Amino acid sequence: MSVVQSVDSVALLPAYLAAGTAVLVLVTDLVLARPRATVAAAVLGAAATALGSALVGAGDERRTFCVGADCSYVFGGRAALVGVVVALLTLGVLALSGPALRAGQSPVGEYAFLLACSMTGGVVLGAAADLITLIVALETLTLPLYVLVGLRRGSLASAEAAVTFFVVSVVATTLTLLGAALLYAATGALHLGRLGALFADRPELLDLPLTGAAVALVVLGLAFKVAAVPFHAWAPATYDGAPLPVAAYLSTASKLGGVVALLAVVQYALPAEVTGPVLALLAVLTMTVGNLVALRQRRTVRLLAWSSVAQAGYILAPLGALALAAGRSADARSAAYAAAVAYAVFFVVLELAAFAAVVALRPAGADGGTLDDLRGAGRRHPWRAAALGLALVGLAGLPPGLAGLFAKVTVVRSLLDGGAGWLAVVVAVNAVIGLAYYLRLTATLWAAPTTDAAAALPAADADAAGPTGPTAGAAAPTGAAAPAGEVPVVRTRTVGAVLVVATVVAVVIGFAPQLVLDVAAR
Amino acid sequence: MSLGEFLLVAVLAVPALGAVAVAATPRDRAARVVGTVAAAVTLLAAALLALGDRTWSGYTPSAPAVRPWHRIDLPWVPGLELRFHLGVDGISWPLVVLTALLTLLCCGYTLWRVPEGGSGRALVALLLVVEVGILGTFLALDLVLFFVFFEIVLLPMYAVIAGWGGADRRRAARKFALYTLLGSVLLLVGVYVVVAAAGTADIVALTGGAGLSRGTQLAAFTLLALAFAVKSPLWPLHSWLPDAHTQAPTVGSVILAGVLLKMGTYGLIRVAVGVAPEGARWAAPVLGALAVAAILVGALVCLAQDELKRLIAYSSVGHMGFVLLGVATLTSTGIQAALIGNVAHGVITGLLFFLAGAVKDRAHTGSLAELSGLRETAPRLAGLLGFAAVASLGLPGLAGFWGEAFAVVAAVQAGGALWTTLGVLAAVGGALTAAYFLRLLRRVTHGRPSPAVGRLAPGLARAELVAWAPLVLLALAVGLAPTLVLGVAEAPVDALVEVLR
Repeated sequence: MSVVQSVDSVALLPAYLAAGTAVLVLVTDLVLARPRATVAAAVLGAAATALGSALVGAGDERRTFCVGADCSYVFGGRAALVGVVVALLTLGVLALSGPALRAGQSPVGEYAFLLACSMTGGVVLGAAADLITLIVALETLTLPLYVLVGLRRGSLASAEAAVTFFVVSVVATTLTLLGAALLYAATGALHLGRLGALFADRPELLDLPLTGAAVALVVLGLAFKVAAVPFHAWAPATYDGAPLPVAAYLSTASKLGGVVALLAVVQYALPAEVTGPVLALLAVLTMTVGNLVALRQRRTVRLLAWSSVAQAGYILAPLGALALAAGRSADARSAAYAAAVAYAVFFVVLELAAFAAVVALRPAGADGGTLDDLRGAGRRHPWRAAALGLALVGLAGLPPGLAGLFAKVTVVRSLLDGGAGWLAVVVAVNAVIGLAYYLRLTATLWAAPTTDAAAALPAADADAAGPTGPTAGAAAPTGAAAPAGEVPVVRTRTVGAVLVVATVVAVVIGFAPQLVLDVAAR
Repeated sequence: MSLGEFLLVAVLAVPALGAVAVAATPRDRAARVVGTVAAAVTLLAAALLALGDRTWSGYTPSAPAVRPWHRIDLPWVPGLELRFHLGVDGISWPLVVLTALLTLLCCGYTLWRVPEGGSGRALVALLLVVEVGILGTFLALDLVLFFVFFEIVLLPMYAVIAGWGGADRRRAARKFALYTLLGSVLLLVGVYVVVAAAGTADIVALTGGAGLSRGTQLAAFTLLALAFAVKSPLWPLHSWLPDAHTQAPTVGSVILAGVLLKMGTYGLIRVAVGVAPEGARWAAPVLGALAVAAILVGALVCLAQDELKRLIAYSSVGHMGFVLLGVATLTSTGIQAALIGNVAHGVITGLLFFLAGAVKDRAHTGSLAELSGLRETAPRLAGLLGFAAVASLGLPGLAGFWGEAFAVVAAVQAGGALWTTLGVLAAVGGALTAAYFLRLLRRVTHGRPSPAVGRLAPGLARAELVAWAPLVLLALAVGLAPTLVLGVAEAPVDALVEVLR
């Protein structure tokens, strides 16, 4: 074995681009000190990262940092998908942050830098093929978020949210690390592929109590990151306290990161006989508890947070099929992994659209507010409310949100292919519970406004132009006269653009879900 | 593209594009006209579907049990076994035409009167979207596509009830949406139980069991039958129906009762019975018993009902019970009775809801206690109500007779103590149906005019006559010449029953 490793820089190109973005943002902020330039640098870098990931992923799978046959960095189809999606989500969240940044709520340089760092973690995470790289990448994805969550100036809720998130997340990471260490002690391996091969060759390893504990610790630690029940309690408080765009990032990119990490260890490293039942139980608990608690929420972002807990359950559900022998055949397994990835992709698109619409319907820099704050929004801003309605209905899994419908169909199909009919019925029943609150929120958008809001109607009618109306400030004079409870909505092109793009993507993958299914199966 | 393929696509594309056009038309009345024109073109295309070769002479044992007159089969999502596979045959065509007709009448009716609650433009657009979903359900020859269309109907109908309905509309609409979604998610699971076992979602290939194991068929039939039982609705899963029908605006009630319920019975015949015949044989006694329970419960509730719309809504439970009883016998007579019962119920109950809406709009009350003497002040309205009620109770010579009588005949013919008992009980239910409709007529049309009725003007608006006349004529035509429906349905039903054996 050569002492000097050969490093495949092409495989690493997306990671270079992402890390380069962070550096570029930092330098731009230092040298130019102009918010516009800083954001432009971040946008440019994120776009380049997405492009780089797509280009590298279009070729064959590339491996690097190899010791013998085991490699720590494997850039294949899924890594490319994760890279592209995370970079695009970062781009979207940057655009959503426009009004908040302009309002001076958060320091622009730090904000963009931290977001770029987080993106770097996400891009590397998709390609991580050993436990250490995986955990480091996941931490790189999460660490900047502790700060971002707390970056709303003068907000106590924001600081509280950051501390909650930090404490829970650190505990989770410690658990995962401990699990990884125990696994190493039991098997002497850290590479995911090698662990998988070891467990397949030497089934007696599974009889060691140490192995069982190690597997459980790794899976549960990662379950914290996807906010699976019973490790979910941090999510609603954190989402609600965080600035809206950061909440959007948490529930899309960060959740995707957790899913990818969990998928990597379950698919390549850990024995399905052990993880399958755990994941099935997690999935059932997660979707049921998430949906039931969401029924009682009165605050918009908390409702979305609990619903995204439930959605994590649907993402995990296909993996629950591994609990049964029929679900562990090669075909059923690959179908289950592909279904989980596909659902995650459908979900992040719809979730981003939903958050974008909430940002567009709320005043600049405000938090999500209560459901009543959105009452009658459909009469004031028909297009934005329609986009929110479409996203919510999609999350509920019903037409016209075809993307969400096909996402549910994909999950149910993979479950029945794996012989887990009971889990499919649980998913189905949960979809009904889910509809109850998605429908309530959607109906609120078109409900008759209360008397306060009715007084402000004439002022807001002028806003019917659509999500890409004139720039900020146009609504401010009318808003100043509005009574309490009715707030002016600041228009920005960037938020509108994200909303339009996310909605269009959701519609396109709704009519052509095969695009997502193909990419997810790679 | 052949004419048949063109028409199949047109039947779905015209209302879909019509809905978009309606939404894009800025002026309210112009938009409603656009929507009505789209609905009319759809009806034309639906009627023309009967053109072309529909010879059934070449029956051989190897031919599939479903032989559509026209079909179109394009790949859509291969990863989910979803193909854009449409076709029309004698079982689906009468329902397709009925759907197109009722949607046209409802759109035309909104030209004249828009219920309170929202713009007429949005209402017409939603009605057209509902039409797309219902027509797609009747035309789909791919299980997954069937499911997708089944789902499309849900939210637009929810919006119609929640937006334009009565005082308690939100709760009724939510109940409708949640119940129906429960049905359709079970449908989803049932569909993929079949698809995972058979490896295809093609209804043509699957009809007759397609070698599915007994266990799969029982599981699939249970799930599918539950799904359709919610939609039909079958007692005891019916409780969403009275609320939804009572609270919905007139046009919503007409579509709900006229064709939406038929998605359940059609699905039961085409999908549940067709795909899992062994499961159907296994569950038939339970289905039959529940159907008879629905007939009796529906009739008894109606006897005690004091609200006009609610009474008609509950009468649907009983009528759909007859249809389900016909299906449950799994005989050619029974299934044909179910099909004609479907069409007759769509026509007659559609008419009844139009009339009930007219009475409520005029008298501003639907309570039977406050309505009486309608024939004194509004003789035409009272006459039509009498006609519709008599048609609905199954007087020979009108459309309602054939479905109910032959459902009973089929049950008795099926033989055995159970089916004979069910047949007798259903006949008793038929007598109760007559009782509550006569009670309705006695209270509403006869007697001295109540204060609410006394104010009524005798005349009918021209728009009302135009909307109702086709239904009156159809109720007569189907009653006098049931072959209008049975002529096209007989061959495919015989082919279906053949593979059930």
